[in-house]
Amino acid sequence: MSLFLAKRFATFIATLLGASVLTFLALEILPGDPALVILGIDAPESAIAVLRLELGLDRPALARYLGWVSNLMTGTSANSYTYKVPVAELIRERLEITLPLAVLAMALSILFALPLGIYAAQSHDKSGDVVIMSASQIGISVPNFWMAILLIMFFAVNLHWFAAGGFPGWSSGVGPALKALLLPAIALATVQGAILARFIRSAILDTMREDYVRTARAKGLTRRATMWRHVLRNAAIPVVTIVGLQFANLLAGTIVIENVFALPGIGRLLLQSITNRDLVVVRDLVVMIAAMVVTINFIVDLLYAAIDPRLKPHDV
Amino acid sequence: MALLEVDNLSVTLATARGPARAVRGVSFALERGETLGIVGESGCGKSLTALALMGLLPENARATGRVVLDGIDLAGLNEDALCRIRGNRVGMIFQEPMTSLNPLHPVGRQIGEALATHRGLGGAALRAETLELLGKVGIPEPERRIRSYPHELSGGQRQRVMIAMALSCRPEILIADEPTTALDVTVQKQILDLIRDLVRELGMALILISHDLGVIAENVGRIAVMYGGTIVEAAPTAALFADLAHPYAQGLFAAVPRVGWRRDSNARLATIPGVVPDLPDLPNGCTFAERCTLANDACRAAAPMPIEVGPNHSASCIRTDAARLSRKSA
Amino acid sequence: MQGDTFLARGLRNRSFVAGGLLTLALVAVALLSLAWTPHDPLRISIPTRFAPPSATHWLGTDQFGRDVLSYIMVGAQTSLTVGIVSVVIGMTFGVTLGLCASAARGAVEEAIMRAADFIFAFPAILLAIMLVATLGPGAVNAIVAIGIFSIPEFARLTRGAANAIWVREFILAARAAGKGDARITIEHVLPNIASVIIVQVTIRFALAILAEAALSYLGIGSQPPTPSWGRMLAEAQTRIFQNAWLAVFPGIAIALSVLGLNLLGDGLRDITDPRLARKR
Repeated sequence: MSLFLAKRFATFIATLLGASVLTFLALEILPGDPALVILGIDAPESAIAVLRLELGLDRPALARYLGWVSNLMTGTSANSYTYKVPVAELIRERLEITLPLAVLAMALSILFALPLGIYAAQSHDKSGDVVIMSASQIGISVPNFWMAILLIMFFAVNLHWFAAGGFPGWSSGVGPALKALLLPAIALATVQGAILARFIRSAILDTMREDYVRTARAKGLTRRATMWRHVLRNAAIPVVTIVGLQFANLLAGTIVIENVFALPGIGRLLLQSITNRDLVVVRDLVVMIAAMVVTINFIVDLLYAAIDPRLKPHDV
Repeated sequence: MALLEVDNLSVTLATARGPARAVRGVSFALERGETLGIVGESGCGKSLTALALMGLLPENARATGRVVLDGIDLAGLNEDALCRIRGNRVGMIFQEPMTSLNPLHPVGRQIGEALATHRGLGGAALRAETLELLGKVGIPEPERRIRSYPHELSGGQRQRVMIAMALSCRPEILIADEPTTALDVTVQKQILDLIRDLVRELGMALILISHDLGVIAENVGRIAVMYGGTIVEAAPTAALFADLAHPYAQGLFAAVPRVGWRRDSNARLATIPGVVPDLPDLPNGCTFAERCTLANDACRAAAPMPIEVGPNHSASCIRTDAARLSRKSA
Repeated sequence: MQGDTFLARGLRNRSFVAGGLLTLALVAVALLSLAWTPHDPLRISIPTRFAPPSATHWLGTDQFGRDVLSYIMVGAQTSLTVGIVSVVIGMTFGVTLGLCASAARGAVEEAIMRAADFIFAFPAILLAIMLVATLGPGAVNAIVAIGIFSIPEFARLTRGAANAIWVREFILAARAAGKGDARITIEHVLPNIASVIIVQVTIRFALAILAEAALSYLGIGSQPPTPSWGRMLAEAQTRIFQNAWLAVFPGIAIALSVLGLNLLGDGLRDITDPRLARKR
């Protein structure tokens, strides 16, 4: 493993730990007494005392934190207070919706953004570029949940092509399940795709100004060949970063979008758990989402190393 | 007929402050195997002239005038036809070997690209030809270096790779734009020698562009001095140094420290007073008038036309008599 | 570009003009709504509920017969307040931390930036949701949450820009004149990175409006009776099969506000572009 990757791996682990500490502080220490938060201030003293024992609140904070983290690592988790099942089980079930939704949205977003971004860069400052950039400026400004509502209005209410929400479950077949995820994915992808298209465009424009692109042209490569062989791969380096960050944003976006479409994913679980004051679930969900984000950033670093030879140990 | 004829070439840049005529009415001819040096301060239009010859001007630039290569007017060619000439009949080396190579491709692939494009080479033949080129430009262990990435090479080696790339298709003309400016002094001479030897060996014509008169003088047969977008003086190397006619060329020459130049000999290294005028603000008359000690009202009124001051020797100045006189008396 | 004033350059920049006008309009509407709205935004009138857009109710009425236009106008106050307060929180703490990191260097800088990295592990809205889960739903908590999640970005940006200033010659000159780190930071560093911060302020303002709308839509942002565009959309969605237009106008209000701020930020960045400055 190269020094770059070793360093990134150390950062990855450190960030995971830091995120878990933050989550623990925010959800276990900051509220004062989690048992009180869960049951509400009107709850009888005896019930609170029982729950406190159940949650292990009688132990010192450090012991609770370490116990929680070791549970997370071994995959065993506490029971949800409201659902009375292990949180891990709940999350696994819900991830079956959220992950495919995020992946589908990401795929759609790239599918939108790549051709638009490349086309806009190629027709820099001409009408095609101006139209695409103006449209994407608007796309960025639209809140994703409003986009979702508009999609429901158009495709569900007016055209009756889709249901206005809900999820039939994967057991009903891949087709109907994907259909239920399509509108939510489009709602998520519109905004992310607009941001991505702008970013791809400017990454390409920046790369096109590089000296080595001029060299390629001086060799007699056509514009098209130069674009494919020398511009796109080099422009991919900054774009990969943004795609990684966007995936994190998409995960966060699913929290809102799942609620618009009443999809039983982790976003909906999170909101319901907040409403039910089920801090056990909230805590595990939050740290899991953070862990996913950190993991994606680490994967982005791995991709860097794959794209950029400067980060590989070569002839050392 | 000359191999390359440049006739009244002008390049206009669109800037935030309006059009700037960065190259104005440049004309010269280049015979097969001839070597031409273009010298001038940065911003004088020499690099844009080179890019205009290649048809690779930046987006905000427009060129007018004629560039005729071996009887073909390049302005009349479409993009595809130009691509068949670039890297094939005309090769180019750039100033910055650090940034002129793609960091993500092995150098062997970058050298072979022109061969694959213009001669359709591939596989073992391409590899063999690439290895031969690497050896020719003096890169040790070509077998290993063919897989190296640019960041693994030194500046001098990268410039050697650039040269191999420019020469890969045996072009008739090699354009070298400040090929040694970014390199260590010790490496500069090696690279210049390499270029000169290869040009001779392959019988190419060379356009060597530099701000350094010393670099130019040792490597070319003919020199054109550029200032403010025009060629102010042009002559065979020996004739130019024997009889500098244009006040700017004189100043440029006086600004070069020479070997054997004695410290104790009262003479100070001369500098040309003033700065190069900003392009959009170029005056109507002679562009050098503001910095010229000999300038008079006539100089500021109209741009001077080139006049013959000797065999094959022209200067764009109406005060050459005074200039040559003051030089002799000095 | 001597003699070219900031305003003259600004007026030539289309993004700046369009963004500035939209943002001014947002502020004007919010201010106007303090003094006047076409109807009382909170007056409930069951007989005239679900009225479509008409001459009396330009944008129609909602499920309680409230005038949608008046309600949107008052909602601008909420969006602006959330934006201003959260950006002030984020900017004050973020810029201070960034300046400290840049001035102190070494372990302090490392510690501040690592802490910022930990917060970056949480997508913005998740952090807000987490805080709301702890502190309870409500407009104030939403503002605090949104403000906190913009601290690390301000800190990172400030530190980056400030580090670039610290290596410049005039800092050395100030050092030589015997000025301390704190004085140099305030007198020399801060004025030179102000434009970067201002651009970030507009972007963060836009994000704050979006975040507030999302939190209110989810029911964990501002609570009734505080008017909120996000909650209007949540309420409209339940009636989407009957009264679709209710879901249109609040969305347009959010989108235009965000668009205006984004354009303003783009324009400001173009005008104060460091790349142009470097060429000179």
